[in-house]
Amino acid sequence: MSPLNFFLDHRSEIFSATLDHLTLVLIAMAFAIAIAVPLGMFIVQHRHLRAIALGAASVFQTIPSLALFGFLIPIPFIGGIGRRTAIVALVLYAILPILRNTYVGLTGIDPAILEAAEAMGMTSAQILLRVRLPLALSIILAGIRTATVITIGVATIAAAIGAGGLGTFIFRGVAMVSDSVILAGAIPAALLAIFADLLLGLLERRFKVA
Amino acid sequence: MNAKTTPPADFSIEFRGVSYHLNDIPGRAIVSNVSLTISPGETLVLLGRSGSGKTTLLKLINRMLLPSQGQVLVQGRATTGYDPIRLRRSIGYVIQEAGLFPHFTVAENVSLVPSLEKWDASRIAARVEELLLLVGLDPAEFATRRPRELSGGQRQRVGVARALAADPPILLMDEPFGALDPVTRAELQREFCALARRLNKTIVFVTHDVREALFLASRIALLHAGRLVALAAPQDFLRLDHPEVHAFTASLAVSNGVSQ
Repeated sequence: MSPLNFFLDHRSEIFSATLDHLTLVLIAMAFAIAIAVPLGMFIVQHRHLRAIALGAASVFQTIPSLALFGFLIPIPFIGGIGRRTAIVALVLYAILPILRNTYVGLTGIDPAILEAAEAMGMTSAQILLRVRLPLALSIILAGIRTATVITIGVATIAAAIGAGGLGTFIFRGVAMVSDSVILAGAIPAALLAIFADLLLGLLERRFKVA
Repeated sequence: MNAKTTPPADFSIEFRGVSYHLNDIPGRAIVSNVSLTISPGETLVLLGRSGSGKTTLLKLINRMLLPSQGQVLVQGRATTGYDPIRLRRSIGYVIQEAGLFPHFTVAENVSLVPSLEKWDASRIAARVEELLLLVGLDPAEFATRRPRELSGGQRQRVGVARALAADPPILLMDEPFGALDPVTRAELQREFCALARRLNKTIVFVTHDVREALFLASRIALLHAGRLVALAAPQDFLRLDHPEVHAFTASLAVSNGVSQ
């Protein structure tokens, strides 16, 4: 069967897998952002924790994704088969680029600007919220963009532990030795990644200062 | 623009035996045993080479730094006795390259301290307009611009307006004209001189440019290796007999020779 015919025959199934995939990615990204951005802000204030936090985040990135999914299965509460485990793994993957960019963005600000802010009598909370964060925003968004594209790709592997999504077609296609079935998962995943990259790229430029 | 109800305290600044050591290591003194009284309304210029401790002295005034030894008194009270945030909001601060916030418009930059102090919007708007006119910028043209859309001289003018926004009695200036081209610098120096006379503020001005010091100062305090080595009015300064004064007057002679 040609890829196009397969796609047309299974369009509703592919569509719902795409939605599942997107949901998986969005949930994982929401958690990753909620963890990595505040953590980045925290390690800017507590520099001695910087190496530990960035180091730990890097370690997760070095674990092959299939292995990470596997490692999580036996862990109580977060483990098991299904979506929850997949989300935990995706979050662990997505943290590093966001954390690193948050840290770099917040610390890479012209010292003269920070000196002026301090000398004007801004409190450290005001400097963080009104100076550092707005000036770091486009760099933080760049990290979120990288993390999103990675997560869309890695999420295809989540099907291996029963999390659903576009990876189900890819795994099924590999088992059936059918390019048509693989492409039914791979093409929508690639399109999602390209689309997310473009959209977040626009957002990133929108918040770029000078 | 004098909404102040508190009686005009004396806006003096006094250094009493002040030393500052990096990381509190006595061997590495950046400022050593400086005693100096700055009178209300005067423009005291801290002159010295790079690394002579002049910026450190400035930062001791608004409690960006605390002395390792001795006391810095602002309006008769030690800086250690002030809440640093309150103290800084009552002292204007201008630095080289202005340090404007690139994500703020000119108006937002100028109104920073008033908005931190929660002035109401109409009062802030009126104050911004008044200040931009004061520093020679047309509010209609400049208020909504961003710092990157300004020339170096214009940015510095905005920096001065921002420092003056909440009408602080004391103004600290750290080589504010240092990064400007000579023509713009001379222009801003002239205007600033007139402005300083009109505003009647206590001004502490850091520079390594002896011409600038002679032009703007009511008194010049010369720093060398963290020590105060000379203190004199401009007309007496060049006659002082100190090697570091000679070094600065010699630099003046050389630059005169070149320019002729």
